[in-house]
Amino acid sequence: MIEATPNIILHAADVHKNFGGLRALSDIDLQIEEGKTHAIIGPNGAGKSTLLNVIIGRIPPSSGAVVFDGTVLTGKAPHEINQLGISRVFQTPEIFPDLPVLHNVMAPAFARRDGAFRVNLLRSIDSERQIRQEAEDILDDIGLHGRRGDHAGSLSRGDKRRLELAMCLIQRPRLLLLDEPTAGMSRHDTNTTIELLRKIKSSGMTKVIIEHDMHVVFSLADRISVLAQGRIIASGLPQEIKEDPRVQQAYLGGSVQ
Amino acid sequence: MFSLSRKDLAALAVFAAVVLTMPIWLAPFGAAYPGLMQKFAIYAIFAIGFNILFGLTGYLSFGHAAFLGVGSYTTVWSFKLLSMDIGPAMLFAIIVSGVFALLIGYFSLRRTGIYFSILTLAFAQMSYSLAYSVLTPITNGETGLLLARDDPRHLDALFGAQATAAGLPQPTLFGMSVTGYTGFYLCAVILIIAFYLSQKIFASPFGMALRGIKSNQTRMNYTGFNTRPYMLAAFVISGMFAGLAGALLSITDPLAGAERMKWTESGNVVLMTILGGVGTLFGPVIGAWLIKYFENIFSAINTNMLNGLFSFLPDGVQTFVVTVLSKFVGEGWHLTLGLMFVLIVVFLPGGLVEGFHRLMVRLKRQKATPDGVTSVQPAE
Ligand SMILES: Nc1ncnc2c1ncn2[C@@H]1O[C@H](COP(=O)(O)OP(=O)(O)OP(=O)(O)O)[C@@H](O)[C@H]1O
Ligand SMILES: [Mg+2]
Repeated sequence: MIEATPNIILHAADVHKNFGGLRALSDIDLQIEEGKTHAIIGPNGAGKSTLLNVIIGRIPPSSGAVVFDGTVLTGKAPHEINQLGISRVFQTPEIFPDLPVLHNVMAPAFARRDGAFRVNLLRSIDSERQIRQEAEDILDDIGLHGRRGDHAGSLSRGDKRRLELAMCLIQRPRLLLLDEPTAGMSRHDTNTTIELLRKIKSSGMTKVIIEHDMHVVFSLADRISVLAQGRIIASGLPQEIKEDPRVQQAYLGGSVQ
Repeated sequence: MFSLSRKDLAALAVFAAVVLTMPIWLAPFGAAYPGLMQKFAIYAIFAIGFNILFGLTGYLSFGHAAFLGVGSYTTVWSFKLLSMDIGPAMLFAIIVSGVFALLIGYFSLRRTGIYFSILTLAFAQMSYSLAYSVLTPITNGETGLLLARDDPRHLDALFGAQATAAGLPQPTLFGMSVTGYTGFYLCAVILIIAFYLSQKIFASPFGMALRGIKSNQTRMNYTGFNTRPYMLAAFVISGMFAGLAGALLSITDPLAGAERMKWTESGNVVLMTILGGVGTLFGPVIGAWLIKYFENIFSAINTNMLNGLFSFLPDGVQTFVVTVLSKFVGEGWHLTLGLMFVLIVVFLPGGLVEGFHRLMVRLKRQKATPDGVTSVQPAE
């Protein structure tokens, strides 16, 4: 029986995933503590994104299960998993390219407030002052307020990433999954994003972050798990991971700086 | 609750004015007679409804004529069984076509893209064939469903309002006949209401969800939207608009035939929407009017009229001009329409509305207003 222990908000238990002959994930046992930022690092093709995909229901695991706060996620539809309070930033930004930036951020807020389906014809988007204000505030935080009227498709890659982060943040999820949130960003934007993620850290949101940039990892993570060839080879506090010889061997090519 | 943004309110006012003054501004085009203007209004309603599905969600239905047909048949049956009043007729047409759309949509929406289109086409063609075969007791086959003097009309009988005049009974609105200009103004008012409804849908969170589905369905799902019922709702709403248009066709001319469900009708509404501008408020209306105009007026132009028009030219030139132009009018109207369609799709993928916007932008730029303020413009 899989049971979530008190302050473990997410538990991936004995998860395996094979793509044909390829063992993308084996023997994964991952526990995420509530309110913490948990980084997952590992070389390219290690299975990091696949792990997130299993968690949010994009791909079913070959065996094993994922439990979120006492609810088994495995087998649920993506929208159901989101409605439980899990939002995700993808490795390649998934936004609404044909909608204005402001509406990109407002739509997730409607999903949070109105649930998975609601035909609401009487009110107009413009008359939803509260949600609009919230969206504008977040765009302000993230530095995209000036572009709120532009189509999201016209943003740069880095801006699309930040927009997607804003779309997740407005949902105030209990668990935020971030797949390389700063890839393709300038140093300056990376730092702004780190700052933003730090700020919401205090709000008690749990975060799982996949990242190649060690600067980002070590400035945010409370715990780190290292994935290599589909297996978790180490898990622990940042300092422990830094010094773990297996990690240096498998991933960091000898030294962590 | 019934309010619109200032911009939408202005659009609605302009739209209402344009529709209600049709008899004036269509006169120079030779199209200001009630029978044709009614058609303009009815097909505009059809296209507006189609655009709620195709324009907002991007799902291209090739079977919307089925709902037009269902609306027509339901209306005639309401006339026969219940009452010659158009109120119940329209109500039932909307309900029955909505139920039909629910069934067809439920199955068709299990697929996306081309497979969705093919499924809708298959359902519509099936309805069309059935109307000629197994369903003849309901549709009266090739003859079409007609009114008869001795139809029961239970509601009318109940209220003792049985028509006593000679000949077939006529559809009425609270006892008022709806022929001629009354018929046109009836359709015009309903068109304005339909336009208003589509404005409400476009501006609502529901409309935004539909646009989200068109833009990125994956993101919608991972954002917590259950997209299936949203799609189905859009499909049913647009089916109901089509049913209403079908009802009006039978109200202005009380008979119903299966040819209304033919795939060419389904194709026409696609052309109308693309020609005018997919996903815009005005586009489908403009497209519908243009196509109906070509179908009815352009197709009636003959060589004699052309000869008259170009009689000022020297003989040889006149013959030449008339010979060339005659290929594009009369029976050749399809050629003109086809060429126009190709040109628009190639050069103005956003339809005539996009052309209009581009023109406005160019005019504005010529005036050279230095203006750096960006404002939020919801996508249209
Ligand atoms: N849908 C899929 N079908 C088949 N193979 C897949 C699929 N998704 C991932 N893989 C394979 O699984 C392995 C793990 O991929 P994954 O994307 O999880 O790696 P990653 O750790 O996120 O790498 P990166 O750092 O490059 O993003 C890779 O070999 C990849 O090719
Ligand atoms: Mg990855």
